[in-house]
Amino acid sequence: MKSECSGSNRGRVLAWVGAVGAVFLAAQPASAADTVKIGASLSITGPASFLGEPEEKTLKIYVDKINAQGGVNGRKLELVVYDDAGDANKARTFATRLVEEDKVVAIVGGSTTGATMAMVPVAEDAKVPFISLAGAIVIVDPVKKFVFKTPHTDRMACEKIFADMKKRGLTKVGIISGTGGFGKSMHDECVKVASTSGVEIVADETYGPKDSDMTPQLTNIKNKAGVQALLNADFGQGPAIVMRNIKQLGITLPVYQSHGVASKSFIDLAGPAAEGVRLPAAALLVADKLPANDPQKPIAVGYAQTYEKETGKPVSTFGGHAYDGLMMLVEAMKRAGSADPVKIRDEIEKTKGFIGTAGMFNMTSTDHMGLDLGAFKMLQIKNGDWTLAD
Amino acid sequence: MAEFLQFTSSGLTVGAVYALVALGFTLIFNASGVVNFAQGEFVMLGGMGTVFAAAAGVPLPLAALLAVALAVVAGLLLDGLAIRPARQAGPIVLIIITIGAALVIRGLAQVFFDKEFHKLPGFSGDASIHIGGAAVLPQTFWVLAGTLAIFSGMWWFMTRTMTGKALRATAANRLAAELVGIDTRLVTTLAFAVSAGIGAVAGILITPITLTNYDIGTMLALKAFVASVLGGMGNPIGAVVGGLLLGLLEAFAAGYLSSSYKDAAAIVVLLLVLFAMPSGLFGSKSVERV
Repeated sequence: MKSECSGSNRGRVLAWVGAVGAVFLAAQPASAADTVKIGASLSITGPASFLGEPEEKTLKIYVDKINAQGGVNGRKLELVVYDDAGDANKARTFATRLVEEDKVVAIVGGSTTGATMAMVPVAEDAKVPFISLAGAIVIVDPVKKFVFKTPHTDRMACEKIFADMKKRGLTKVGIISGTGGFGKSMHDECVKVASTSGVEIVADETYGPKDSDMTPQLTNIKNKAGVQALLNADFGQGPAIVMRNIKQLGITLPVYQSHGVASKSFIDLAGPAAEGVRLPAAALLVADKLPANDPQKPIAVGYAQTYEKETGKPVSTFGGHAYDGLMMLVEAMKRAGSADPVKIRDEIEKTKGFIGTAGMFNMTSTDHMGLDLGAFKMLQIKNGDWTLAD
Repeated sequence: MAEFLQFTSSGLTVGAVYALVALGFTLIFNASGVVNFAQGEFVMLGGMGTVFAAAAGVPLPLAALLAVALAVVAGLLLDGLAIRPARQAGPIVLIIITIGAALVIRGLAQVFFDKEFHKLPGFSGDASIHIGGAAVLPQTFWVLAGTLAIFSGMWWFMTRTMTGKALRATAANRLAAELVGIDTRLVTTLAFAVSAGIGAVAGILITPITLTNYDIGTMLALKAFVASVLGGMGNPIGAVVGGLLLGLLEAFAAGYLSSSYKDAAAIVVLLLVLFAMPSGLFGSKSVERV
């Protein structure tokens, strides 16, 4: 009797906590039973908030839009968002809460690779499709049955950059990378693909995620004989400081950055020092400069305009990844004609010719990202704005 | 040789930043024996406050003044709301309170400012000056000058003024200081206000070099704390020498050894110094208070 009583108490407390969570975190009233729940754990605050914030805004804007048009398969979508602040432990807890208490049919995001990898086992065990918004290749290599991702991998960024270098006759590369998760992963991938891409890494320097001066490392690269180009693998403020230090030291080598800096704030922070920098990124940043016959143009322009109108902030590729993930999921749900997570997963894997902000997705059972190198555009910063380099 | 000069200038730039923040620790430590881990947040408020006031259309010098005022208010609130009510608790508890206060200030900054990084223009432009083959940012000289000015001011205040002497007396023995008629509460409050102001000035001076965001105080407070321990906690000379030394160590380790081990190299030197001189290079012998 006693144990039964405490059991029901616990149940009531859990339900209450769940309800509070749904009201406060999703900022949406808990609604009728005939909605379909989609979950998200994003890094809305904390060091990766520049990823999570646009992702959250994007999901909210587009879930509202989809609902205004009648929802999916006749049912409204309900978005449940948690903020993991970039903490992998929290991400795992929230993923568990999403599948066990909120009973979502699919999860979008994971903003960072660390958070994503912590959420992967939860999604796999619960057999809930999980579309990550994080970069590193480990998320989809090896392939995990229920896990997909929408951004390009860091390995593709390396290949794209090296191909562009080779085309310009630059084969001896100095690399300077941050020691944070993204920088380290991209550095390792670049070292791996360097020889097959026909370039040689002749200088290899690192700096800490919160360092404020990289001139010693850059001086060493500058003084290394034969360096023809410089590659900086990192995101956040590090690359901006690297660019300012490059200008300070008067280094004139061609500089490449990664897709990790593909937001306007990088250009603002680095200022004139960013002029001429090349980086691979989604076409979204140059949406209005794409040729009119590019199939990506209407999607990219549409998303960029919607996001900038609704938030008043410049568009970044990170929110675009959330758009791609959500739209791909919605299309799969429509094709599946049901809210059964396993059927939705099967349809996500069959995604063919889906055009998102990152390019054209063609998923297969062995490729759970579905983008090829063509989806990456090589951009160059000119007059404080993105331009197509080729 | 050019290489050596470049590493030195890098080390002095970063070191001056550490020194400037470390100086902020000195006053509060002297007044209350507390290491104020929210000092980095004062630095952040200085930089972020200036950026946002300037963005709202306030001319830069006035924006800087407003930011200093904002930090001083934060310092007074920290003392009045968190430190003074817990005055009877020991220094360890007070230190933990400052860590909590740092989290609160950081959280508020995240909400009221934003989560992006921001910059300020260099006071004398961003074109580097060439000295014997080394390229130095003009802002480096501003930071060094600021360090020197605050250091001299603090030295004069603590050794030449009655209030400064009262502050040191409070640190040496609170009870005895009260017995000779020193208002120790006022002294502590003053220390928090002035430290916050120094922190904000530091934040404004270094932002053109380091950039700033709501979270920058964490790293700065940690590095400045290491610099203070290296130089001797509570001694302004120690703060300056410790800061510059730490910056130079990091720069030389990154330049001559390996950039992967630069932080480790600095910490190893710190440990070696502390083995030989447990209270730091310029620290006074710690006295057991009863």
